[in-house]
Amino acid sequence: MSAFWSAVGDGATIAQRNLIKVRRVPDLLVGTLISPIMFILLFVYVFGSAIPVPPGTNYASFLVPGIFAQTVIFGATVTGSGLADDMQKGVIDRFRSLPIAPSAVLVGRTTSDVVTNVLVILIMTATGLAVGWRITTSPLEALAGFALLLLFAYACSWVMAFVGLIVRSPEVFNNVSFIVIFPITFIANTFVPTTNFPTVLRFIADWNPVSAVTQASRELFGNPSLVDTGAAWPLQHPVLYTLVWAFVLVAVFLPLATRQFKRSAAR
Amino acid sequence: MTRALDGVDLDVPEGTVLGLLGPNGAGKTTTVRILTTLLVPDAGEAQVAGVDVLADPQEVRRRIGVSGQYAAVDEYLTGFENLRMIGKLYHLGAARASARARELLELFTLTDAGDRPVKGYSGGMRRRLDLAGALVADPPVLFLDEPTTGLDPRSRADMWELLQGMVRGGTTVVLTTQYLEEADLLADDIVVIDHGHAIARGTADQLKAQVGGERLEIVANDPAQVERVRSALAEVAVGEVEVEPHTRRLIAPVDGGAQTLVRVLSRLDAEGVRLSDAGLRRPTMDDVFLTLTGKRTDETDPAGGTAGPDTTDEQKAGAPA
Repeated sequence: MSAFWSAVGDGATIAQRNLIKVRRVPDLLVGTLISPIMFILLFVYVFGSAIPVPPGTNYASFLVPGIFAQTVIFGATVTGSGLADDMQKGVIDRFRSLPIAPSAVLVGRTTSDVVTNVLVILIMTATGLAVGWRITTSPLEALAGFALLLLFAYACSWVMAFVGLIVRSPEVFNNVSFIVIFPITFIANTFVPTTNFPTVLRFIADWNPVSAVTQASRELFGNPSLVDTGAAWPLQHPVLYTLVWAFVLVAVFLPLATRQFKRSAAR
Repeated sequence: MTRALDGVDLDVPEGTVLGLLGPNGAGKTTTVRILTTLLVPDAGEAQVAGVDVLADPQEVRRRIGVSGQYAAVDEYLTGFENLRMIGKLYHLGAARASARARELLELFTLTDAGDRPVKGYSGGMRRRLDLAGALVADPPVLFLDEPTTGLDPRSRADMWELLQGMVRGGTTVVLTTQYLEEADLLADDIVVIDHGHAIARGTADQLKAQVGGERLEIVANDPAQVERVRSALAEVAVGEVEVEPHTRRLIAPVDGGAQTLVRVLSRLDAEGVRLSDAGLRRPTMDDVFLTLTGKRTDETDPAGGTAGPDTTDEQKAGAPA
């Protein structure tokens, strides 16, 4: 067996182990889903009634892609808390004493978190459909939309892996990620168009990759994006901008996380 | 700079069991972490099963089994899934990994619990599963880091029975422990570690001879009579009598066994000295340390063993094939 396939096999074994945990402790998945479902309900039925949208536009079809983006980013945090947890419990030591590919733990972890995110997206899609969100484009474009969301989440997983390995405690990691991700997903076009934001905030929001992912999925699902013709460059080219971000995040954080893994494990 | 290990030099002949005996923070775990490739030392060299640990850690990992102090088993997986996963990661192949997992569950009397998540296992069961994990690939060299620390006496006795069976099978084992009794029971050779230094080595008998046979322990009822107990003990003791004034406890190394106890008790009785407690016991880890270092184990600095990268050591754990 070549080193490459051996590494793939090791990664798959560890991904499988992570997924058994998701199956056995469904609370984890429920925990990931409760807040986005709550957000959909709150925003569609409570705040949504006060958010002005052009006549003929359904606020739910504007909101749901934003919630998708927020949800998969939170879904990616599982990578960090999972690694911190394994580190704390000595499971990483066990793995490191086995003759496995050095990449296996991180590759397995990020892979299983993509699978979890697929599950999460499926359930969120059902929720979106229930509140009146619809896909109006071709199945191929819709698939591209989902794929882009998952790709961006995968890139975020590597950031979370790096942070999780640094903090080494799942509790601390969860607090930190919550504090950072919340503003990032709010200072964006997730819940309202950025048009009426104060100048500085609007600049941040327009160049925020979360806005680009949201905008891209709105386009690919055929949902209203409420972007005017003079919008910032990222909102005009959201797919490209998202791909660049995903690529850069992986290029920077994959090596960083790998180095941190070797270091923390050697402590 | 704290050195977790300094000048520890080990040699374990193939098929024998080396016991690393020492208090918390002595450097036992650091030693094991270096030999199992989890920690890279600043200096020194080590060979495990004939393979250089620093030059070819991956090859070392193929030849060792590790069972850790913190029972690193996955709580959410069943016992079977834990062992099967480890088998797959040793590249046994899926079918062989499953078969081996069942075999080991049987061997460690975990068959009934094998398909339940580990979360519901008792401490003793977790340790057994962790130990089974170390045996999955039938490695020629085993590292057992405090296999019974934190277990209740019954589980400890069960574990000892298991380990004795294993070491009789001729596996080369490095075992760390805080219990002299455990090292005595399982190890061919014992190295006593304190503050990262090897302070004594030999067979259990040799160490005990060094420490002295038994301990006579007496607790006086009245603080005023402690001195009279001390002088009675000094007459029969083969070493120094230790006095703990707060607890009115006196401890003396003796070699006459029960006869000595009877003599001391009848003398004290004749003098009208009243006692709260009296008895003979085997030397403990504490006694070994007191004899070798002049300090009780709880007086040693627990920070010693936690320093990671700034370790210096020279060690060799070779099992020439």
